[in-house]
Amino acid sequence: MIAAVAGVLMLLGTAFMMVAAVGLLRLPDLYTRMHAVTKAGTLGIGFVLVSAAVAFGDVSVATRAVVAILFVLFTAPVSAHMIGRAGYLGNVSLWEGTSFDDWRAGYDDLQREGGGTVSEHGVGREDSPAARSH
Amino acid sequence: MIAVDGPLLWAIYVTLATLSLAILGALFRVLRGPSLADRVVALDLVAYLAMGFLTTYAVLVGEETFIDAALVLGLLAFLGTVAVARYIERVRSGEALVDS
Repeated sequence: MIAAVAGVLMLLGTAFMMVAAVGLLRLPDLYTRMHAVTKAGTLGIGFVLVSAAVAFGDVSVATRAVVAILFVLFTAPVSAHMIGRAGYLGNVSLWEGTSFDDWRAGYDDLQREGGGTVSEHGVGREDSPAARSH
Repeated sequence: MIAVDGPLLWAIYVTLATLSLAILGALFRVLRGPSLADRVVALDLVAYLAMGFLTTYAVLVGEETFIDAALVLGLLAFLGTVAVARYIERVRSGEALVDS
């Protein structure tokens, strides 16, 4: 029974990792590939580690498996975010079928708004009664 | 540790074979990937697949130390990815030397 559970979990994890590899090979640009690797890869590793914990049936192995799963869950989004950001800033082109680019649509406005607020603030401070009295 | 035979042994063999194929596919993307970031993403997946391979092998031989090795491999993959991401951003801002 335990062997069957471990085997099923292991095959499930393998299927997810295979999906990640196929996505890496078949998807059209960096960002879609990255999403395939991060999500499917994390789930695949999680299932395989849980399968190992079930197969060993041992507290020390289960602890290490849980630690490894938590580590992957915490670090995979961080590294994907950093690589995606570096790729975007490094002008890696988007797939031509991309429906909209959230960063380009919102980031320039955000920059302008932020700069405007800062300059207004500076002007306001100079003209404020507190600044004049000093 | 339960006995590794029958369906579990079969599942382990299927897993090892599939992960080997997946690692080969990811390495193909490392060779081909048009940008540096593509290669880094592919190497990230190779590290995840090697973690899965090591864990499966630990179950096959009944040696739990391999799970520690998988944990360390994940740590190194994360550090490497972060380092290269920082490098790409610095190349863009002109702080590092560009070699291409």
